[in-house]
Amino acid sequence: MDAQPYGLIATFDTAAGVYHAAKNVRDAGYKHWDCITPFPVHGLDCAMGVKRSLVPAFALAGGVGGFVAAMGLAFFTGAIDYKLIVGGKPFFSPIPVLPVAVELGILCASVGAVVGMCVLCGFPKLYHPVLKSDRIVSALDDKFLIVIEARDPKFNLANTRALLEKIGGLDVKELEA
Amino acid sequence: MSHVETTDATQAILAEVNPAVKPRPVLVENNRSHAWITERVCGIIEGKTPLWWWVCFAVACGVTSCSVIGFGYLVAAGVGVWGHASPVNWAWDIINFVFWVGIAHAGTLISAILCLTRQNWRTSINRTAEAMTIFSVACAGLFPALHVGRVWLAVLPGYLFPAPNANGIWPNFRSALEWDVFAVSTYGSVSVLFWYVGLIPDLGTLRDRFFKKGDKIRSAIYGFFALGWRGSARHWVNHEMAYLLLAGIGTLMVVSVCSIVSFDFATSLIPGWHTTIFPPYFVCGAIFSGFATVMTLLLPMRSILKFEDFITPYHIDCLCKITLVMGTLVGYAYLMEFVIAWYGANPNEGFTFVNRTFGLYNWAYWIMFSCNVITPQFFWFKKVRSNFALIFILTIFINIGMWFERFVIIVTSLARDFLPSSWGYYSPSIVEILTFFGTFGVFAVLFLLFIRFLPVIPMAEVKTVTPEADVHGTQHS
Repeated sequence: MDAQPYGLIATFDTAAGVYHAAKNVRDAGYKHWDCITPFPVHGLDCAMGVKRSLVPAFALAGGVGGFVAAMGLAFFTGAIDYKLIVGGKPFFSPIPVLPVAVELGILCASVGAVVGMCVLCGFPKLYHPVLKSDRIVSALDDKFLIVIEARDPKFNLANTRALLEKIGGLDVKELEA
Repeated sequence: MSHVETTDATQAILAEVNPAVKPRPVLVENNRSHAWITERVCGIIEGKTPLWWWVCFAVACGVTSCSVIGFGYLVAAGVGVWGHASPVNWAWDIINFVFWVGIAHAGTLISAILCLTRQNWRTSINRTAEAMTIFSVACAGLFPALHVGRVWLAVLPGYLFPAPNANGIWPNFRSALEWDVFAVSTYGSVSVLFWYVGLIPDLGTLRDRFFKKGDKIRSAIYGFFALGWRGSARHWVNHEMAYLLLAGIGTLMVVSVCSIVSFDFATSLIPGWHTTIFPPYFVCGAIFSGFATVMTLLLPMRSILKFEDFITPYHIDCLCKITLVMGTLVGYAYLMEFVIAWYGANPNEGFTFVNRTFGLYNWAYWIMFSCNVITPQFFWFKKVRSNFALIFILTIFINIGMWFERFVIIVTSLARDFLPSSWGYYSPSIVEILTFFGTFGVFAVLFLLFIRFLPVIPMAEVKTVTPEADVHGTQHS
């Protein structure tokens, strides 16, 4: 492997192992690194120093947008575009539109949450060096990985390898870009 | 998580009070490893298609053909082929619609409300329950779309969904039926999203397993839908947040959709429909029938697919208890309707309820009452809750009862409205009966495809409730 590797990859056998190792990597000051786990390990985000997800902002924007859109649609169709007297009632009233607005708000909030998740995770992204590694099969089964990227300013092949081995990482290898 | 400080004082109090220690129920039995879970769930998809699957699939397709023929005949000949006649112009079409929508609700309740309330036992059953939701909504959606007779109008823009059209008119937003359009389409869409978001990590697992086995085509198909999932902890944070938000939104949705379905009736002036109890009553009924159906599906699936370690007696016990609560609430609603009819002192309302109980349709009322009020009471007994064959039979009775509930509400009120001169008696035609029967086939076909091609147990979620996943050493002590 002549080219610059993507990073170093290490395997951990247990969730507790990767959890404690993550704290060490965080404390060593690395920024561009990741844990690969088959399920969401409780508290691992805090151990890694990952910030709270921004998905709620997307969902809120979607929910408010959907609600307003439904109210706006009923207002436009009933009070502007085609005025029709139904049962002598006002052309537009927000009360009977409420069910439609709530449901459209729910729909758009859900779409917002899913779109937000995809945007923040960078999905769909069908190629990634980690996916090319033969360890990904076991990492989505019962093993845990830590990947430290070469682009990290603190990355140094020898030192980073030493750190990963010290904190319990097994089979530390270079990951092809 | 309990981060209670254990000071000397608390220790002393605990020593004196001596509280009972109740161990947490084990959610995956026999202390199965994560690798075992993956192997067990993926093995079904990766293995050869078993004979029983083909037999069931063939039967389900046969049953589906009844619906296809029934609907085809309806579209060709018009709604006159159904038994509808004035004054009963709504019958099996809307009964079946409410019946299937109701069943759908348990899936959302399990995935949404039980997720918010941190009921960890939901993990091994939520995928199946959500699949049931989606397929039930699909069956439900068939009926309102087709009962309009000129079916093509239902899909043209501007009739159901507001869109600019040649006539320049818009749907009436004051109509409960227009609310239904939004409610049911939102319900279907959000259920699919919820299901799909939960599936993404498991699809990633399947993608890599197929790749390792050299099955590039299947790997590519699962990989396409896995969106490039790689189990990154930074992705899990967003995934968990999106899932939690969908659970919160789903909770709002599960109570709003069935309420809106009940508005179809409650906003009219027909005696027996025009009541404020309808929204909560419909929600309870929906959850009641849905939980019964979840058990009807899970009990055979558990033994056929050998999922005894995932779906433990504890899971079934929990499901029975919720069914009992919901069934009792439904029974309360039945009685409360009578109280309100009497207390409201409206002669038409009072007559409707006496007529339901003792009139021409009293057989339907008593089928409903005995199936829905008496059947769930058996779940008070631990012996019943642990006898799976008996539970299976009871859940079938509950679903029969819940279908009859909708029949009683819709048909008895319409057949005996304000004017005695326009009273009538409704009987279904063979076309309606076959069409409804066929929708069970539609459901079964979809469900069989689901258990063949998708991970039935959410692997990633189940792994989180095993003792191995506990990194803090507190949860499973």
